[in-house]
Formats: sequence, C-alpha cells, structure tokens
Amino acid sequence: MIEYIPYIGVVAMILIGLYPILFRRNLIKIVIGISIIESGVNLFLIILGYRDGGVAPIFTSLPPGTTYPEEMVLPVPQALTLTSIVIGVAVLALMLSLVMHIYRKYGTLDVQKIRRLKE
Amino acid sequence: MFSLESGSGFWNPVLWVLALFILFLLFYGIRGFGKSTYKKGTEQTKVFLSGNKETSPEEMHVKASNLYWGFTTSMKSLYSLLRKMHTGNTSDYILWFVVVLAVVFLIMGVM
Amino acid sequence: MTFLETLLAHSPALVIATPLLSAFLVPLVGRISPRIRDIFALVMLGVTGCFIGLLASDVLSHGSRVYVFGAKNLSVPLVRILFEVDSMGMFMAIITVMLAGIAVIYSWSFLQKQDGLDKYYTLLLLVTTSALGMELTGDIFNFFVFLEISCIASCALIAFWVEEGEALEAAFKYIVVSSIGALFVLFAIGLLYAQYNALNIATLAHLLQFSFLDKIILVLLLVSLGMKAGLAPMHMWIPDSYGRTPPSIVLLIMSATLASFYGILRVIFTMYGNVLTTPLRFSLPAHLIIGWILIALAIVSILIGVIMALIQTDLLRLIAYAAVAEIGYMFLAIGTSIAALGTTYATVALQGGVLHILNDAIDIGLLFLVAGAIYFVAKKRSLDDISGLARNMKYTTVFFIIGLLAVAGMPPLNGFTSKFLIYESVYQVNPILSIIALLGSILLLAVFIKVFYAAFLGPELPELKDVKEAPRSMLLAMGFLAALAVCIGLFPNIFLDALVKPAATALLDHAQYINMVVGGL
Repeated sequence: MIEYIPYIGVVAMILIGLYPILFRRNLIKIVIGISIIESGVNLFLIILGYRDGGVAPIFTSLPPGTTYPEEMVLPVPQALTLTSIVIGVAVLALMLSLVMHIYRKYGTLDVQKIRRLKE
Repeated sequence: MFSLESGSGFWNPVLWVLALFILFLLFYGIRGFGKSTYKKGTEQTKVFLSGNKETSPEEMHVKASNLYWGFTTSMKSLYSLLRKMHTGNTSDYILWFVVVLAVVFLIMGVM
Repeated sequence: MTFLETLLAHSPALVIATPLLSAFLVPLVGRISPRIRDIFALVMLGVTGCFIGLLASDVLSHGSRVYVFGAKNLSVPLVRILFEVDSMGMFMAIITVMLAGIAVIYSWSFLQKQDGLDKYYTLLLLVTTSALGMELTGDIFNFFVFLEISCIASCALIAFWVEEGEALEAAFKYIVVSSIGALFVLFAIGLLYAQYNALNIATLAHLLQFSFLDKIILVLLLVSLGMKAGLAPMHMWIPDSYGRTPPSIVLLIMSATLASFYGILRVIFTMYGNVLTTPLRFSLPAHLIIGWILIALAIVSILIGVIMALIQTDLLRLIAYAAVAEIGYMFLAIGTSIAALGTTYATVALQGGVLHILNDAIDIGLLFLVAGAIYFVAKKRSLDDISGLARNMKYTTVFFIIGLLAVAGMPPLNGFTSKFLIYESVYQVNPILSIIALLGSILLLAVFIKVFYAAFLGPELPELKDVKEAPRSMLLAMGFLAALAVCIGLFPNIFLDALVKPAATALLDHAQYINMVVGGL
C-alpha cells in the first residue's frame, strides 16, 4: 500500500491544479493551477525513475563493489523531468508577463471580465 | 487522364471544365438571338423594384450583419444556445476539455 | 560517399538545424539591415525546403529513413533519439515549410511599419522548427518537447499586436489551453514509459498490449492533441487566436495545429496500429469505437464551425470558424478510415483526409491572406464598415473568389477533390454523415458569399474612395496559394499519386514503420 502513496499524490496534485483553473476567477490563481499540474506530472516522472538500492549513474564516483551497469539507475526519467522543468519555467514566465500586460490593458485580473473575444 | 478514382465513382476536372466551356459557348450563342434594339437612358434600362422608388446605392446596400437575417431569426434557439456556449471565459475552455476527456473515458470503458 | 549522399544522410538533422540556427542568427543579421534580414529568413527557409525536397525524393523512391542522434550501438539501447522519416512526415514537412515561406513573403509588406521584427522572424523560424520536429521525430518525448516549443513560440507571436488588449487576451487563452494540453500529453508519455520502459514510437508500438493503462494513454493523447488541433467543442481558442493576429502568423499557427493533427494520426495509426482490432467493449473492436468518437466530434466541429461563421462580422474571426469546420472534415475522414479499417473505402477516406490537410492549408491560408490585405488597405476589421473594394482591388478580388470556391468545395478547385473522396467514402459508412458534410459545404459557400457581397460588391464608401491595391509581395504570396489551389483542382491525380498515396500507405503500413527500428537497429 505504502508504495502507491506517491501515485495518489500525483493524481491529487493534478486534480488540485485543475480546481483553480476551472473555478477560480483570478488569473494568477489559474497560472498557479497550471504550475501545480506541472509539478504533479514532474513528480510522476521522478517516481518512475526511483529504483530500490540503485546508485547514481556517475562512472567516476561509483561506490566500491557495485556491479556495472545492473545496479545503476537509468537516468532517462530524470532527464525528462529536467527538460520538463525548463519548459515549465519558460511557460510560467510567459504566462505571468501576459497576465501583467492584461492587467495594464483591462484593469482587472478577473477571468470573467477578460472576455472581449467571445461568440 | 487526370481523373480521380474513389472506388465507387470518379471525378475528372478537365472533362468538367470542358463541359462548362461548351455550355458557355451554347448559352453565348443563344444570347445572340436576343434583341439588341433597346434604347439607352429610357425606362427600359432602369431597375424595376416592384414599383418602389429607387434610392441611392449607399442607402440600398445591405450591411453584412443584416444578411441572412431570415436564417438567423428562424434558428434563434440554436443561436442562443451556441452563443451561451461560446462564453469567451478561459476556464470554460478547460472545462470543455475536461468534459470531453470524461465522456471519452466513459465510452472507452476506463471509468 | 559523394557530397550529395552525405548531405542526404544528414538531412533529417539539417532540416531541424537550419531553421533553428537561423532563428538565432536573424537578430544579428537584422543589425546589418532590415532588408537583408527579410531576405535572409526566406533564403534559410528555402535551404530548409531544399533539404526537405532532397529527403522527400529519396524517401518516396527508396522508403523510410532512420536518423540516430546519439550512440549508434549501445548496450543500454535507450540513451538516444531517433528521427524516423517516412512519406507521411515528409508530406507534412512540405506543407509546413511552404506555409512558412509564404508567411515570410507576405509579412515583408504587411508588417513593414511595425517594430520588433527581429524577434518576429526569430519566433517565426522557431515555430517552423518545432512543427518540422514534430513531424520528423520518432521519439514521443521529443514530440512533446517540440510541441512545447511550438506552444511558447506561437503564444509569443499571437501577442504580436501587443498594444491591443484583445491580442494579449487571445495569447493568454492560447497558452493556458495549449500548456494544459501539453501537460496531459506529458502525463501520457510518463505512463507509456512506466509500462514499456521505452520512448521510441516504433518500440512502443511493438510492445503495446492495450492494457487498461494503454486505454487511458490513448484517450489522453487523443483528446489533448485534439484540443491543440482545434476539435470541437474544444475549438474556442482558434477563433480567438486566429482572429487577433496578423494573417502571416495565422499561417504559422495553422502549421503547428496541423502538426498536432499529424500527431493524432501517428498515435492512432502507428502507435496503436497493432492493437486496433482488439475487442474493447460490448464485444466491439477498438477501432470502431475510436472511429465513431472521432466521427461524432468531427460532425460537431463542422456544424459549429459553419453555423457560428454565419453570424460573425469580424472577417478574420469568421474565417477562423471556417477553419474549425475544415478541421472537422479532416477528422471526419480519419474517423471514417479508422471505423472502417481494412475495407477499400477506408483507404480512400484516409487519402481524402491527408489530401485535405494540404487543401485546408492552402484554402484557409489564402482566405486569411486576402482578409489581411483588406485589413491592410482599409484598416477595418468589421464587414459592416467595408464595401465596394472590388473597384480598386482587382487581383485581391480574383484571389478571394478562388479561395471562396475552394474552401466551399466547389469544382473544379482543390477543395472539391479531397471533399469528393471524403463524401464518397463516408457515404459507405453512413449516408447521413455524407449529407451533413455536404450541408456543411453549402453553408460555407453561403458564409463566404456573404463576405464577398459585403466586402467587394456594393457602393463605394466615402472613406474607402482612395484605397489602393495590396502591395506586390502580398499579391505574390496570395497568387502562389491561388495558383496551387487551381493546379491541385485541375490535376488532382498528379498530387494524389506523387504525395498523398505514399503518405496514406505509410500510415496504414505500421508494421514497416516498426520494423525499421525494432528489427534493424
């Protein structure tokens, strides 16, 4: 049971992230929601990479007595997570700068009022 | 030559253009039989609007949003539904995504 | 190896590298002179086009190619990225680079008086790179990375007219929608990696069992990529973002949208190609259920697109709704093809759908460029404020008539050729679908006749008395698309045999795609 807790956490984070996007009116909160979903997905990728008793795949600093390459952890999920974090930062910065400019033009951060484009 | 097979039929644009061209020649020929003895500047060349007075073209022009007035009025219930659907609210865009996701999950038998 | 062979062997990498590197060279070149920068962007896209042409001619005559980034032979066969280039990918790459080239030519005059053009060309080339990457890659995580690049770069482009609040609003909506879509794609990729310990599309297709998790993955990928492709009822971002950007940018966002559509094709036909016939529910095979889901959403797209287009007064927004309807036709075709998998008309439907990707890019692109020309000369968005433009804009009027007839699927233009294949094959599945598709086309014709009447006919408005014809580079861009529309309309079988049939065969023949990687490398 205990090994499922991280996965439950991932699903919970995605649902928690969806809540402000769907039901909150402040644009900043929507951005925070997207950020939480992204952290949930990143957490999921990190959990996938965990291997019990594995060592970090750095050749020069392997602990003595490890068998190569069986005990090393394949670093693909970590690489994926790093890529995803970098992309996430870019998206977050872009979204926040857009929110800033929207506030200047519309004078509000209420998503219900920022809808000149409709129908 | 240049024809498109669909399994149950075919489509040949070159033949079609040829047929259109022949029809055009035919109708042009028929047009030649018409009378060319009308008098310019008389009642014969004026527009007939069921007896109504002809106004200037600026006043007669129908604006784009008034075109298809009959269609949109008869479909009023559908349009009010669609207008309600297109709220322009960012949250609703994501709500539709979640709804479609849930429906497809249900149909695919995951949930 | 001769020079040409070496070039050919590395062209999958060069297709990506050329626009990517030139994207970052553009600001430097812009320091020398804006004129040189404009030409530089077009020349680099031309070079990319040459690589694509070289690659396409080889792929079409000798079969698919695999390009390995990273270790060729490795005991742990995962630390590398494969590019797998087949006819379908090449078909999409040709469309992408064509749209980008036309956008550059068009923006020479359209954006002449704007500032920030260095960044504009950089982002333009980045969107092109990302769409090309999505189309050529054989690695699902790499697909995600390119998807995110296209999301960020297109969002920045949508906000190009930053002085208008509406452009910012459209950009914000676009980035919220596409980043959430992309995050769900990433979640699905994580699930795939958790199960099969692989990220390569061919390897995944080989290993896929259609377990419970695989169903979740399929739904997540279908719906989130469908949202990026503009499938109703998740289409609302399309009118917002297409309607508020310069039309040259619309062409680029459209190429990114079509690349997402290509992603759906790749997921269904290649990744799930082995398991499509497994029984899913109520003892119905999976392909029937997936196909009918897509058909239902496609019908909704067509109807919503045309019905909403009918009441629009903003010209750009109206065409954007027509674009939603056109996307519906593509989904209708592939839905039919999946639902009727194995029959002869499934192949016809797929060919129609693939040809319609090209026709959609040409027709909708042409209409957007014409609408941009109208905006450029009249500085008006609403159709109510313009009239009688045909007097002074003769060429633009002709191009609009061609675009109007093509997008409504009137013979003998290109829209009809693909819609003909779609109608005929959809009729075999269910006649009602074909009736709805025809009805959609008729309504599209009605919509654009309204535009034609309102914008080009009627009396001359006093404030539009001294309107001039659009500048030469804009006419060139429109003329190129119009000429293509007429060519494909008159000689459809040449394009069908040369490009579309190999592409459709490559999609249906998933075993060959899998064996390229799983057997040999």
